[in-house]
Amino acid sequence: MDGVHDMGGMHGMGPVETEENEPVFHGDWEKRMFALNNAISALGVRNIDESRHARERMAPADYLGSSYYEIWLDGLTRTLLEKGLISEEELSGAMAPQPVTTPKPALSAENVDTVMSKGATYVVDLDIAPAFSVGQIVRAKNIHPAGHTRLPRYARGHTGVVHAAYGVHVFPDANAHGPDKPQHLYNVKFSSEELWGAEGTPGDVIYIDLWNDHLEDASND
Amino acid sequence: MAHDHKHNDPLPDTVLRVKSLESLLVEKGLVETAALDALVERYEKKIGPQNGAKVVARAWIDEDYKQRLLKDGSTAIAEFGFSGAQGEELVAVENTENVHNVVVCTLCSCYPWPVLGLPPVWYKSAPYRSRVVREPRKVLQEFGTELPASSEVRVWDSTAETRYLVIPRRPEGTEGFSEQDLADLVTRDSMIGVTKAKTPVNREEA
Repeated sequence: MDGVHDMGGMHGMGPVETEENEPVFHGDWEKRMFALNNAISALGVRNIDESRHARERMAPADYLGSSYYEIWLDGLTRTLLEKGLISEEELSGAMAPQPVTTPKPALSAENVDTVMSKGATYVVDLDIAPAFSVGQIVRAKNIHPAGHTRLPRYARGHTGVVHAAYGVHVFPDANAHGPDKPQHLYNVKFSSEELWGAEGTPGDVIYIDLWNDHLEDASND
Repeated sequence: MAHDHKHNDPLPDTVLRVKSLESLLVEKGLVETAALDALVERYEKKIGPQNGAKVVARAWIDEDYKQRLLKDGSTAIAEFGFSGAQGEELVAVENTENVHNVVVCTLCSCYPWPVLGLPPVWYKSAPYRSRVVREPRKVLQEFGTELPASSEVRVWDSTAETRYLVIPRRPEGTEGFSEQDLADLVTRDSMIGVTKAKTPVNREEA
């Protein structure tokens, strides 16, 4: 979706503000929000792309006015409501908590290090012929999916060169909405001037990871 | 770059909403309080840029290791026991005399947790995400990083699950340094690519 989260190249966001000796968390609520989100991931009730898409659907003005963990709170609550794991009535206290079942049990303290060190798997063991090869000139499609996409707006319609081929991966654009459509993932190199025209810097480059469905052959252009 | 703390003050009902959500999820048996505590402790104490600094220091002193790291980041980094969530597929990119790498996630805030821990607020902010793909040299200047016009800036936008780790240049005057002394020069920001590694001189000042 062409949402406010897709920020690459936008003007007017102001200066980058850094903080001396920044703590890992600012306040207990950030700690709890971080931990809740990760603990829920262990239940197997949603994938990372659904999680990202839930955050992208926060109202744009709210998104821009919120800190990162506030966006997480909005996204997690939205997901849990949509999946029927919690209800508005439970959240407001109008109804007692009702039992639910999940694919995997709640994460225990003893398993935290094991689960987090293992992570997830995004490489898919499928024998699919790659459509593009390293060195090939490709163009990011000028598409504007209404749902989740990992093709940033600033790349669309622009031509680059395949820098690396990462093999068959989960496809976030499909995975956020239902059955996955595993396909090849590539790293594509774009010149700064290709992306930003006269405002680009000759010699500078931007590398973007893009999937098969984001790309078309441009070698004969 | 004076920091304005208003950015970190939560919206009025946020703290309450997080508390309510936690209580509800605990009551429903979906999360365990002790697991939440363990998650916080892991990312406050065990996982942070000190991990990535060890990897970089090894790459600086061991050419074979550096080549393994550049060829297959995940496997080389796993030699240190660093792996997992938000770092399943790690790719290391090397700064040289003529090349400077910098990492961003324009779509959210993807970041290599196993080697850098959780991202700082500025990395997750709209200004950084919007600007660094478009005017990286200007952003780097604001971090105090001046690059010659002859150098090539490479910006890596983490749009997939691949996470990028910058190997900064080894500072001059560090011949004979131990691996640990070298690791002390490797900062979080230098592994994101917005700054260079510390020099022995500014390490003493720090």
